[in-house]
Amino acid sequence: MLKIKDLHASVEGKEILTGVNLEVKPGEVHAIMGPNGSGKSTLASVIAGNEDFEITKGTILFEGEDLDEVSPEERAHKGIFLSFQYPVEIPGVSVTNFMKTAINESRKARGQEDMPANQMLKLIREKSELLDIDRKFLSRSLNEGFSGGEKKRNEIFQMAMLEPKMAILDETDSGLDIDALRIVANGVNKLKSKDNAVILITHYQRLLEYIIPDFVHVIHDGKIVKSGTKELALELEEKGYDWLKKEPVA
Amino acid sequence: MRSAPVGVEKVSLYNQYTIQNMAYTEEELKKELETKEYEYGFYTDIESDTFPKGLSEEVVIALSKKKEEPEWMTLWRLEAYKGWKEMTEPEWANIHYQKPDFQDISYYSAPNKKPKYESLDEVDPELLDTFKKLGISLDEQKKLAGVAVDIVMDSVSVATTFKKTLAEKGIIFCSISEAIKEHPELVKKYIGSVIPKKDNFYAALNSAVFSDGSFCYIPKGVRCPMELSTYFRINQAGTGQFERTLVIADKGSYVSYLEGCTAPSRDENQLHAAVVELIALDDAEIKYSTVQNWFPGNKEGKGGVYNFVTKRGLCERNAKISWTQVETGSAITWKYPSCILKGDNSIGEFYSIAVTNNFQQADTGTKMIHLGKNTRSTIISKGISAGKSQNSYRGLVQVNSRADNARNFSQCDSLLMGNDCGAHTFPYIEAKNKSAQIEHEATTSKIGEDQIFYCNQRGIDTEKAIALIVNGFSKEVLNKLPMEFAVEAQKLLEISLEGSVG
Repeated sequence: MLKIKDLHASVEGKEILTGVNLEVKPGEVHAIMGPNGSGKSTLASVIAGNEDFEITKGTILFEGEDLDEVSPEERAHKGIFLSFQYPVEIPGVSVTNFMKTAINESRKARGQEDMPANQMLKLIREKSELLDIDRKFLSRSLNEGFSGGEKKRNEIFQMAMLEPKMAILDETDSGLDIDALRIVANGVNKLKSKDNAVILITHYQRLLEYIIPDFVHVIHDGKIVKSGTKELALELEEKGYDWLKKEPVA
Repeated sequence: MRSAPVGVEKVSLYNQYTIQNMAYTEEELKKELETKEYEYGFYTDIESDTFPKGLSEEVVIALSKKKEEPEWMTLWRLEAYKGWKEMTEPEWANIHYQKPDFQDISYYSAPNKKPKYESLDEVDPELLDTFKKLGISLDEQKKLAGVAVDIVMDSVSVATTFKKTLAEKGIIFCSISEAIKEHPELVKKYIGSVIPKKDNFYAALNSAVFSDGSFCYIPKGVRCPMELSTYFRINQAGTGQFERTLVIADKGSYVSYLEGCTAPSRDENQLHAAVVELIALDDAEIKYSTVQNWFPGNKEGKGGVYNFVTKRGLCERNAKISWTQVETGSAITWKYPSCILKGDNSIGEFYSIAVTNNFQQADTGTKMIHLGKNTRSTIISKGISAGKSQNSYRGLVQVNSRADNARNFSQCDSLLMGNDCGAHTFPYIEAKNKSAQIEHEATTSKIGEDQIFYCNQRGIDTEKAIALIVNGFSKEVLNKLPMEFAVEAQKLLEISLEGSVG
């Protein structure tokens, strides 16, 4: 599904990604871990097509297609979703209206008609129940005055609504208390299928107790320095990242 | 073929004007006249019903006569003209433009009954494209573009039923010219009662030479059952550059009035100076909504309409007036819909969205004059600037010494797109009563790239993302518009800002 080859990316002349290789297949859950500033969030932004970053070398293939010339919205239409670490506020635009626009824009891109109102309503009801979201919440302005937990839950709600092929969750666990974390993880697990893939970007092992990854990668200084299974996450929890930094790259 | 007397009248008018201004010999004069006549073509059949350019007492008299007005109206116009002559164009607004030459304008042109085009194929495709985006029906497109319409049976029958319903309630809704003839007692009593004929330079000019406009009277205790829209006054289109509107809501009545059209109005007249007067008697309520979309000029700032409007409403006891406006057009907008809260417990509201793009300039806002006790006013102004445009809010909240417990809340928000535009806020507050409570809030924000990327990531392209953010920003005002108007206004905002990022 996703194939990243020798990816180098920089922002304002500073190289952040220094040769990332990663392959994600349908049905898989990958966790990407690493210390602050290692390039985790940059990798997420680059996959989503954020133009603040310049790709200097390497390729990103999504379902066999090179994403180099593909705009962020087209990537979204193809089924790439990013749950933001810091979701932005859009005053005056309700969660419902925002989702309606997003869904219909994607449908339009696929040559489909707008989703009929009753179908939209049904979808909203179903997905908001899945994530234990109060109906009133949906009429509020997008992320405006939301608590950290509400923002993250809203991101996962959007993911549920858009049903992406590949979801990248960028530090979705940060700022969540244990109950919210459980709800969010539960939502992600229910949405998982053999056809879609999830990339979890996280700092801590905590989230991985709820969403079990098939693979764990450690990123350091802009490249993946170690890959393994969920046991690697436990090892990291125990030893920290320092031992990896010293290890020579294989 | 034109009739001889009219021609003679025009020539003599022109004669006098020329004599007053130039000391020519009889011979020179004759020569000049001949060439001028040719130049302005007032002997040709096509332009036979247009006055020569220039403004004078005689032009005012001739105009009034042409419209078959009673003497009191002619005198009223003349007084306005005399006042205007002594006045100078205001310069305090934050706008820069080449002042119009008022002697280079023709002040009367008979409504053109001939369709401009025979079919839609002849109309500017860009204009048609915009119509399409606005979702305007083919029939309406034809009407708006000035194409001969052959199948308007629907709208005619709608208008007929509409007029019947109004008549049953005793509501008068007609052109101001008709009202001057049919309801002189009402017009005489109220015209100029809120905006005196010498109120300001443009209002005085309008009072002297207004061409036509709308008149509306809602009798005591009547709730107008539908939104009154100039749209339904078919055959009254083309009211020209000096439009005059007078709305009177008698005691305890209610009316919602829609002015303008979301469809782009292309007009050869560069200067527009309209006057709108609202009178809300005791316990009455008037809701006045405007969508203005005059031609704003091209991307280089060439052409475009200058819109200098005076709008004011008077509230008697317990009355309420709400102004809601969406201003997206015109090269220059100079407009301050105001409320005089004369009666105790009266309420004034102003909700505004002003969008400027490219080289547009808008200086708009409101005046809330609190005279009565317990009067309340609310001002919500949303300015959106893009391109190289300048957008100013100018508002006055004045509390008179006898206006006990007056309250005002003002909120002025500006949204900037790009780095070359400007947003300005000029709030004036004058409180002469200690019990007054006045609040003013203002914010300025910019559309963030992070907001746009967030939308992009959800599959929403940049153009649509901006529309979404702008609509969100304007929501409080859009919500005040009647439903179908609001939908159109939203689309209009999108179109007005098209291509403003990149």
